[in-house]
This record gives sequence, structure tokens and C-alpha cells, in this order.
Amino acid sequence: MLSFTLRRLVQSAATLLVMSLLVFAGVYAIGNPVDILINPEADQAEIARATAQLGLDLPLWRQYLVFLQGALGGDLGNSFVAGVPAITLILERLPATLELALLAMLIAIGLGVPLGLVAGLKPESWIGRTIMAGSILGFSLPTFWVGLMLILVFSVQLGWLPTTGRGPTIDLFGIPVSFLSWEGLRHLILPATNLALFKLALLVRLVRSGTREAMLQDYVRYARAKGLAGREVLRVHVLPNILIPVITVAGLEFGSLIAFAVVTETVFAWPGMGKLLIDSIGLLDRPVIVAYLLVTVCLFIFINLVVDLLYAALDPRVRPEGAR
Amino acid sequence: MNKKPLITFASCLLALVLHAAPAASAAELRIGLSGEVSSLDPHLLASQPNLTVARHVFESLTDVDPQTRLIPGLAESWRALDPLTWEFRLRRGVKFHDGSEFTAEDAVFSLARPLSIRGSPGGFASYVRAVESATAVDSHTLRVKTKYPYGALPEDINSILIVSKKAAQNAGPEDFDSGRAMVGTGPYRFLRYQRGDRLELARHDQWWGKTPAWDRVTLRVVPADPSRTAALLSGELDAIEHVPSADLKNINKNKKLITIQTTSWRTILLHLDQYRAQPPGVSGADGKALEKNPFMDLRVRRAMSMAIHREAIVSRVMEGLAVPAANIVSPGVFGHNPALKAAPYDPEGARRLLAEAGYPQGFRITLAGPNNRYINDEQILQTIAQLLTRVGVQTRVEAAPMSAFLGRVRKEDTAVSLLGWGSFAADLALRSLIAGPNPEKGYGAWNWGRYANPKVDALMEQALGSTDRGRRETLAREANTLAMNDLAIIPLHHQVVSWAMRANLAYTPRTDEFTFAHHFTPR
Repeated sequence: MLSFTLRRLVQSAATLLVMSLLVFAGVYAIGNPVDILINPEADQAEIARATAQLGLDLPLWRQYLVFLQGALGGDLGNSFVAGVPAITLILERLPATLELALLAMLIAIGLGVPLGLVAGLKPESWIGRTIMAGSILGFSLPTFWVGLMLILVFSVQLGWLPTTGRGPTIDLFGIPVSFLSWEGLRHLILPATNLALFKLALLVRLVRSGTREAMLQDYVRYARAKGLAGREVLRVHVLPNILIPVITVAGLEFGSLIAFAVVTETVFAWPGMGKLLIDSIGLLDRPVIVAYLLVTVCLFIFINLVVDLLYAALDPRVRPEGAR
Repeated sequence: MNKKPLITFASCLLALVLHAAPAASAAELRIGLSGEVSSLDPHLLASQPNLTVARHVFESLTDVDPQTRLIPGLAESWRALDPLTWEFRLRRGVKFHDGSEFTAEDAVFSLARPLSIRGSPGGFASYVRAVESATAVDSHTLRVKTKYPYGALPEDINSILIVSKKAAQNAGPEDFDSGRAMVGTGPYRFLRYQRGDRLELARHDQWWGKTPAWDRVTLRVVPADPSRTAALLSGELDAIEHVPSADLKNINKNKKLITIQTTSWRTILLHLDQYRAQPPGVSGADGKALEKNPFMDLRVRRAMSMAIHREAIVSRVMEGLAVPAANIVSPGVFGHNPALKAAPYDPEGARRLLAEAGYPQGFRITLAGPNNRYINDEQILQTIAQLLTRVGVQTRVEAAPMSAFLGRVRKEDTAVSLLGWGSFAADLALRSLIAGPNPEKGYGAWNWGRYANPKVDALMEQALGSTDRGRRETLAREANTLAMNDLAIIPLHHQVVSWAMRANLAYTPRTDEFTFAHHFTPR
């Protein structure tokens, strides 16, 4: 277990290094952010001065070394446009994205697993077919369009929920969260639903095929022959078996929910990390882009680790020796 | 078992609970802004969204009216004592939000602050580049010495917002974001800020200006166009800026809402390479290299201008939300010449001129421009390409996000490029866009085509050097006319900017596109 963890850590560090190098070179190749940021009246001297202020006049390798030096000391640099540490900007927005992604994942799992089970148990019934038809919609409709439709129907037409933005926040262990107040929850419902739809459709399909497969297995037949009630068969024999792929996929998808909630965050003007990334790319705000990707890679590594541990808990076959 | 009544009841309950949409009190105004605010520090980055929010809290010495003409701000009046000295008489009895009195010391401090911020992407320094020194003569008189005779100083320092020396000394951007240093003299004071989401403000009751109608103001950042419109339609916002052209019709149909428009100061134009023998992406009709640069010939520039159907671009591509341009600055802006008329669409004449210039078969060009910066920018590029191709100038479009496009421009990889420009005055626009590039004097930093005309430069220089505004405007207009007749650039159109709001609100549309809560009034 220790060598496994160590290897993981070394791999992760290498990933971080390579990734930061790629982003650095990529952003450098696109252009000079000062050209975009500077005001129209600026002359050549001012452009040169601002470029030097941001350290962008140095050759690329020197810029990278400066970055590495800072990064090793825990300083990922200041955002060009905000003038505050890039990591501050990201951590400031992390709670907003996390609560959105968590709620979306809860919706996706809470609805996806039961619906998938129903569709898997009764694939030919009208309800099974309806669920599957719905999942196709969930897959194929573009997220931004669904988001706009949700806003149009529930906010503009019915006036039930707010269109955009994040509700008031309450500090929970020093982290500002919005799901604790009614107003905050109201703001969360639409974007979380929007974000959940695709994952929901995915989980429904996964659980359905898993269920169908499991129902044909010998152990289910034996369980039935043994005289176990249908409910018991599901709970004891079917569910644990189909949950393994579900957890893998849910884990990976949770990472992508956090990292790529961009579209939903843009449509709903949600002050999360995804929106920050898009804005930063548009302005070539390199410190934020690099810091964001570093944070995301770390998140993925962490999530994968959690998935591995959950695996071990669910599936005795992958449990490391001695941990039985 | 019949479950229907239960479902109906549940949905009624849901509707009842969810329908507690917060209604705005009469004295609150909620505005949807279109641009991302990067920092509240008014001296960090000279971007329109940042200045929009900052101008609610801070003011400048000179102000501009909705038509971009200078009016008194924190300075009641100003005059040039001699060609190198400007004196500003500051308003008396102006109070900062912390109750302290505004004095010339604060002005001196604020004029120096932009240059002292470390790691700033800048922009503001260019507004004080002419300043040799700024001194407080007494508590309410400021004297500014310039390095050279400079008539545009009152325009330039309009962009420098005045902060409280006491609060902003040693303050960095984070202190403004937290509100600690957000001490200004403006109509609103800082209450709360959530980056990327909203800024909440309360009225500054001791403001010297006309008391604004709203005790509370919330500025929401909603960059996605459809979402901003939706928030207005749902009643969550009272007003929005930059209404997407596609939504204007629907909003106008809605009885509860109104829209207003005006010509923006932004001119969309084409730069033509006029310095290289072989501009990139330009070749003969047969694909072989041309002997000389066609754009150096006025007849070719004129032919291209005649081939562009500006009326069609305005009515079709821009859905009427633009004005054909013949000037470097918008109508009403200092130095605008109303006598200049946009070249009428004349494809036949364009072909004749091209033949006359020695290109009976035309030639090939590449047209580069951004696809995420100006209204419908990529469609404009495509339309121009088709129009030019029709007269024999076979045009290929290369549109890219602004960041990538500017990268190419800086590598001098484009010959014909689209750019948008907003300016207070024609001489200022000429200095950046059309004056022959001269890094020492700071001329032509954005003159991508490197057009150079000593006559235009001389007139512009004289205009900027005159502290007499009447004389300056005459000279600026003359320089503008000369440059436009010579097609230093090809002007396309001036954008139209629009706002939408509840029908019981009124707003005077601003040419400079700014949205100010204190200029909204109830009807």
C-alpha cells in the first residue's frame, strides 16, 4: 500500500510538472496578454513597461524558472488582471463549484441508480422505455440549451426560481456555502439540475445494463431458487455487483463535473472555477490558468484515490494483502 | 388509489413556496453588467467593466457627459496657465465616504498611484505620461506641469479616479476587493463584493451631486447574453446593458420593458498594410507574388472602400444596430467631421479603379480579425470578404479569438486586419491609430498598417499641443479629414449600444457605453 501510494505521488508530481510546462509554452505561443489588457491610448513605451511589470519580457525558459522557483515556495504567482495571488482567486471560487458539483452528483446518483434499476428490471415495460427515452434526451441535448430552457421555463415563465447568480452565503467552518439558506438553495436548484442531467443519463444507462447483466447471472438465479424475495435479491446480490462500475464512473465524472462545469457556470452566471478558467483563457491570464490546472490535477488525483479505496471496500478481490 | 389530488396539492405548495421571488423595493436598483470585473482597484487595469463599477464609488477631476464632452467633476474648472501648466480648481466641501474632506493632496496621490502599483498590466500610466509633476498649490488648487505642451490632459485625467490618500496609502488590489480601501467621493459607497457575481452599494448621502434616486444598488455580473436578458425578463434585474441584438425585438414587444440606444464611440475599421513590399497573405490573382504592395496605391484603397456595402452590413449583419462610418470617431465626439460621407457602394467603380491601378484581374488577400470581441465581428469579416471578392479582390477570412488574433498582429503576420476603437477625441484616436509609428513620442502604437503622412502627423501634433479647445478641435477635425480622405484606414461602422430596463425607468444613453446606477431615474 505504501509503495503504491508513493508511486502515485511521484507520478502525480511528474504530471504536474509536464502539465505546467505545456500550459506555459501554450499560452506563451498565443500572445502577450498585455496587448489584450492594455487600454487603447497606451503607447509603445507603456506596453513595454506593462510587459516588463508582469515579467513577460524575459525569455520563456527564464519565465518558467521564475514560476518554478515561486511554485516550490508555494507561490503560484499573481493574477495579471486581478493583482492578487492566483491561488486565492481559485480557492475563493472552489466552494461555489464544489457545492454545485456535489448537489449535481447527488441528484444524478439519487435519481440515476433507482431509475436505472427500474429500467434494468423491466426493460420492456412502458416505464422502462420511458426512462431510456428520457436518458437519450439527457445525453443528446446540449447543456447550454437545456440551461437556457430551464431558465426560460422555471424563472421567466413560471417565476419560481431565480435565473442566475449565487444566493447569500453562510460560513460553514470558515467556508462560505450557499446551500444552508433557503434563498441559497433556490439559486442552486436550476444550475445543479442542469449540470446533473448528462451524468444522470449516463448513470441510468450504466445501472440498467449492469442490472440486466446481473439478473442473468447464476448467483441471482440460485438466490431466487433459494427462495429469497425479489427485494432481497436486489439488495444483497445485484446492487453490490453493479455498484463497482457505478462508483468508478461516478468518481471520474465527479472530477469532470468540478473541472468542466464551465458551460453551466457561464449560463447561470455562477461564480465558480470553470467561469474563472474561461475568463482567464480569454485574457491569457497565465498564472490563473496554470494554478487552475494544477488544482484540478490534484483534485483528480485525490478523487481517483478515493475511488480506489471505495473499490477496495466494495470488492474483496482488489483489497490489498493483509487488509482483509 | 387516486394520487392525483396529492400531486396537485404538492405542486401548489411547491409553487407557493418557490414563488417568494424577492421584489425590489422602490429605492433599490439592480443592474446586469456584461463584462467580467477583474478587480475593484481603480488603478490596476483600465478595462471598461472595472471602470464601470469603480465610477460608482470614485470620481475623477474631469467628467464627461453622455455625449463624451468634458464637464466638471471633482474639479470645478481648469485652465492652462501657460502651454506647460494646467491649473485645476477643486470642488470645496466634497466628503469621502469616511467623512474626511477631499483635498488636492488626494488628487496628487491618485495621479501618482497608477505608476506605483507593482505587477499591474497597466493602461493607466498612459494617461499620466505627459505629466511632469502634480502639486497642491493650496488645499483646493492643483497644478499639473506637463513635459510638453499638451491640450488633451483634461481628457486623459478623466480616466484617473481619485482615491482617498488616507485609505489607499500602502493599499493593494486585495484591500480594494475587501472594501477596506474603497473610500471614494462618488455617489455610492461599498457594502459587499462577491467576485464574479455582484457588488452591493449604498448611497453616499453627503455626495455633492444631485441625490441619486436609489438608496441601494446591486451590480450583477452576467456576461452570458441570453442569461442577462432572462434575468431582466424574470424581473430579477431592473436594467441590463449591452442588450443582445437578437433579443431587442422581444424586449420591445414586452409592455413592461423598454430599450434605449445611442451611437457608441466605437468605430470598426480595417487596417491595411502600407509598409511592406510583400505583405503576408497578399498575392496576384494567379497566386504568384505581386511586384508591389497594392495598398500603397490610394486608388486600391478607395476601390476597396467602395466595394464594401456598409448599408448592407448595417441592416443585415448588424440588424440595424450600427451607423455607417466615414470618420475615425463617432458623431458628436470631439473632432468628428459631419461633412465626411461614407463611400457609396459602387462595385463597378471599384472594378474600374482597380483596373486603373493595374489590377484588372484583381488580387488575393487574407482578412484577419477577432471573432469574440466586437458585435458580430466574424460575420462582418465574412461579409466584407464576399463583397471584396465580388470586385476581384479574392479574400480569405482568418478569424480567431482576440488573444490569438492580437498575437498574430504583434508578429506582423497580418496585412488586412479588423479593429474596433473608442476614443474621446479625434486627435487622440489619430495619435494611436494613424500617426506614423514613433515609439519615442508614443505615436502609432496601434497603427498596424504603418500608414505615415507627415501632414496628418503635424496637424495632430499641433492639435494635441494646443491648450485652447476651440483651436484644438479645428485642428483635430482637419487632421481627421485629411486622414480619412487619404483612407489611412477604411472606416466601416460605428456600433450602436443599447440598454433595456423596466418601463418605469429612464436612462440617458451614453456614447461611451458606461452604465451608471446614479443616472437611472424613475419615470
